[in-house]
Amino acid sequence: MGRRGFRTRYADLLRTYAGRPTPLTDCGRLSEHLGVRVLLKREDLAHTGSHKINNVIGQALLAQRMGKRRLIAETGAGQHGVATATAAAMLGLGCTVYMGEVDVARQELNVFRMRLLGAEVVPVTTGSRTLKDAVSEAMRAWVSEVETTHYCLGSVLGPHPYPWMVREFQRVVGDEARAQCRAILGGADPDYVVACVGGGSNAMGTFAGFLDTPARLVGVEAGGDGLESGRHGASIARGVPGVLHGARSYYLQDEHGQILEAHSISAGLDYPGVGPEHSYYKDAGRFEYVSVTDAEALEGFQALTRLEGIMPALESAHAVAHAMQAAARMKKTQTVVVGLSGRGDKDVHTVGLALDGRPGNGLGGNGHGGAR
Amino acid sequence: MKAATGRAPSRLDATFTALRARHERALVAYFTAGDPSLALTRKLVVEAARRGADVIELGIPFSDPLADGPVIQRATQRALAAGVTLPRVLELVREMRGEVSVPLVFLTYYNPILAFGLKAFCQTSVEAGIDGVIVADLPPEESGPLRAEAMAAGLDLVHLVAPTSTPERMRKIARASEGFVYMVSLTGVTGERTALATEELAQQLRALRAITTKPVCVGFGIGTPEQAALVGQLADGVVVGSAIVRLVERHASSAELLNRVGDFIAGLKAPLRGGS
Repeated sequence: MGRRGFRTRYADLLRTYAGRPTPLTDCGRLSEHLGVRVLLKREDLAHTGSHKINNVIGQALLAQRMGKRRLIAETGAGQHGVATATAAAMLGLGCTVYMGEVDVARQELNVFRMRLLGAEVVPVTTGSRTLKDAVSEAMRAWVSEVETTHYCLGSVLGPHPYPWMVREFQRVVGDEARAQCRAILGGADPDYVVACVGGGSNAMGTFAGFLDTPARLVGVEAGGDGLESGRHGASIARGVPGVLHGARSYYLQDEHGQILEAHSISAGLDYPGVGPEHSYYKDAGRFEYVSVTDAEALEGFQALTRLEGIMPALESAHAVAHAMQAAARMKKTQTVVVGLSGRGDKDVHTVGLALDGRPGNGLGGNGHGGAR
Repeated sequence: MKAATGRAPSRLDATFTALRARHERALVAYFTAGDPSLALTRKLVVEAARRGADVIELGIPFSDPLADGPVIQRATQRALAAGVTLPRVLELVREMRGEVSVPLVFLTYYNPILAFGLKAFCQTSVEAGIDGVIVADLPPEESGPLRAEAMAAGLDLVHLVAPTSTPERMRKIARASEGFVYMVSLTGVTGERTALATEELAQQLRALRAITTKPVCVGFGIGTPEQAALVGQLADGVVVGSAIVRLVERHASSAELLNRVGDFIAGLKAPLRGGS
């Protein structure tokens, strides 16, 4: 398979297997509610329910081309693990997924999915037992099995070439969204593009399509219990430059360079750093970063569910929540594209607990969402 | 060994020169600083040197020890939980330097050094009596800034060669490495293994010897006197880490700690004395 053949195969699989292009949804009720036009880039409609499949298909094809027989991956929310297990099943590769013990408990549905797909899920019990430690454990496993195994890293993190490679596999999101915007907006570009940032693969892929437009590109970090609480995942807002997992970037750390634990209601944003390219564009002034608390993300979750009938992943709900806040400062004629990186089915349990103290009942009563 | 850079011979150079003259192999013993406490680390280091360790590696604990297996991960977590920091480790070195004459080498990851400041780290380490530093997650391509400060301060920056390193890359690593070249015996993380791939190891070592005359120490996976003897036939030095740390873990609160570790060190060193 030559270079041309690889690209053709990748494009074919994105179309016929992953369901691309994903639509750009013009949100009637949410736009009316907020007073600005909201367009949603619907990665929740991609196969396996998030943008993660774009990168995974690319890397799985590369693994096959390199003669590797196994894929290993880290996962936080489970979306990347599910996507990797899916690609492994499709290509007939072995698959092991490392997942923090805390995340195994709070993203149980995705653990079932991975196991049904034939993957082995290894709970990681070291450190904070979340995404950061899953990355570390996957890297340790990888160096032990490097001859036979490809490490399918799920975000724009880690040593070169991962940040670059993952962005290139994810830029399909931004490239599609830009073309779709032009079709909807009569050739114009949006005023704002908003996406959530954990490691930052969805944001990086989305923003890549709008880099040379005048659009303001806004990454939304996990504010957890609030930046002042110290319990958050806002690496750009509160981190300092450091080196972890083979990349120099902004990390949450103490004065001695020990990496701190991140906190977020969303397992996918629970990482104490961001991809190095985010740090670069932050310093260059091209990307802006804000944070949204757990409580605000829950409001975003409910609003989108009630007003549009679209249940976002808690990660994506951070982007929705920020768009809702920013709308108050925008002109009525302005347009905001929100990256809906994944679907929320996996989070129903967590949302229920957070809202009512009972799993899965969070949307049962009145007074949530639509009225806000 | 020193001609290439024109630097003065370091304590590591002198140690390996003397060992080579005696046809002896070096035992490099690793301890995680502050496990179980800084006071006991001091006693353990002194005892290890007394019982035959030729070089001591001191691990500066880092929250995310990517290259380490479960034993050293646990030691790291114990040390961090006890409040061990880089400034406190430097203080420990300064205090114990008068009691040990063997070379002391730090083993850590890049971020604690970066947070301390590269220049300050190199200068303070040398002032405290540290001879070299191994940074597990620093590839030679990214080591320029630290190397500049290390050379200025007179600190040997030791680089690692992996079983997957190509000859071209080995040449680059060997050229950059000062004091000795650290050859990783296996693809994987630290921790004892029941069997070593001696054939592959011998092959990789031959390739490395063809490239450099610098001393080569082999580490990762070596945990018994038998394995030390085997590797000692090929290398200038043998690094033992997890097996020692495991012993420290097991006897941490026992009065026997120093004796147990001392006996183990003596057992590892015995086959490395004299001979070929």
